[in-house]
Amino acid sequence: MERVILHSDLNACYASIECMLNPELRGKPVAVAGNIEDRHGIILAKSQEAKVCGVKTGEAIWEAKLKCRDLITVPPHYDEYIKYSSFVRDIYRRYTDLIEPYGLDEAWLDVTGSQRLFGTGKEIAEDIRKTVKFELGLTVSIGVSFNKVFAKLGSDLKKPDAVTVITRDDFKEKLWNLPANEMIGIGRATFKKLESFGIHTIGELAACRKEWVTCQFGKCGTELWLFANGLDSSRVKPDGYRTPIKSVGHGITCSADLVDATEVWRVFLALSQDVNRRLNHYNLKASGVQITVKDCNLFCRQFQKKLPIATQSATELARAAIDLFSQNYRWNYDVRAVTVRAIDLIDADTPAQLDFFSDMKKHEKMQKIDDTVLELRRRFGKNAIFNACLMQEEKMPHGNPEESVMPMRMFR
Amino acid sequence: MRKVYVDVTLKQDKYGTIVPLTVTWEDGRKFEIDRVLDVRRAAATKVGGTGVRFTVRISGRETYLFDDGERWFVEAKDRF
Repeated sequence: MERVILHSDLNACYASIECMLNPELRGKPVAVAGNIEDRHGIILAKSQEAKVCGVKTGEAIWEAKLKCRDLITVPPHYDEYIKYSSFVRDIYRRYTDLIEPYGLDEAWLDVTGSQRLFGTGKEIAEDIRKTVKFELGLTVSIGVSFNKVFAKLGSDLKKPDAVTVITRDDFKEKLWNLPANEMIGIGRATFKKLESFGIHTIGELAACRKEWVTCQFGKCGTELWLFANGLDSSRVKPDGYRTPIKSVGHGITCSADLVDATEVWRVFLALSQDVNRRLNHYNLKASGVQITVKDCNLFCRQFQKKLPIATQSATELARAAIDLFSQNYRWNYDVRAVTVRAIDLIDADTPAQLDFFSDMKKHEKMQKIDDTVLELRRRFGKNAIFNACLMQEEKMPHGNPEESVMPMRMFR
Repeated sequence: MRKVYVDVTLKQDKYGTIVPLTVTWEDGRKFEIDRVLDVRRAAATKVGGTGVRFTVRISGRETYLFDDGERWFVEAKDRF
């Protein structure tokens, strides 16, 4: 039986939600932007009207205002975005239980088995489009096809508030002339390499020999070739499926540049405490630590190392992070942003192989202290207990950082 | 149109169904709801926001009453 896959994309998600909540913003160029004082002053999302003026996601607010003088910028309200994203998913659930979210605003739906109940893929897509508009006042564009890749391409073809059907008979005509970087899996670097071979469109990629593509791009190349030829057979994961966690990290752009190692240590410690809390929540421990450092020229570097003993401890993670930093970072420029990431995660209950040189007693003691701190914070709030060195004004933006939902790799 | 949050008295039966009985306006006037005509989730397109929309009849006139999960609101004309 031919599969019927829908890819639904909430148009200009953040900006649409802001406009829906505040009708005065409708029809005006609106952009959701970060806080300038916290040095997060970039465009996170823009309305259709702002897009017409040339405003782009990721550019600085002042750049956007040069292009569009009347641009209205509003601060983000993540709790609302999460709420409305879950409302949209509730609508999808009326049609199928095979829903694979891709970030907050996109999702694949496998409606192969729902057609007897609700009509063809196109009819279901139209129903969803109308329902989302009526119930939530938001617009979606939906691609309907026989695989996930083409469904996603379909949802990008007509925007906003539209349904596009891509069938086996017309995919060559509709999709093969599109630039290759429109296809999922082809980012900036891959597209540049493809272009160097004179491959610009999806059709041109599909026409290459599979072996040649594999030879040039490795196993991802095979995948891309299959995608371009409409041979993608990846499943839509069931609703509620959780992708195994590969890393737990926390990063921040500091409110002022960090000028010495003591300041970096403080930020690492504060970030590690959040990583510790989340590792504890997921019952995981880290066998390695990775840090990302961005200097004031926006040059970014990443370093990582293995830990002698897998740990959850904030202090141990922060120490490993600062070791990595001092060994690798040359103070040519001050530091703007840092990230601490716990990697090579294992189950917290995994038995550990001891060695002669690590001080297990100290490790256990540290773990106990961290557990106690976590428990105190859980009961009495984040400020109930903290390291004395964090009492000084650390150059971290205040307020609770939001846990954002990033699009993960497409499920196979 | 503007969004006006209102006080509402409700009746909830043993099955959990909620029926709004009266609406108290911002100036203190109280209106009795004659009948609930329709209940569905909908966007309040005129004033923004969404919720469970109750189409109700008050003194022979049909109007919408929204429950956004936390509070109740109506779409009010600028001058009532």
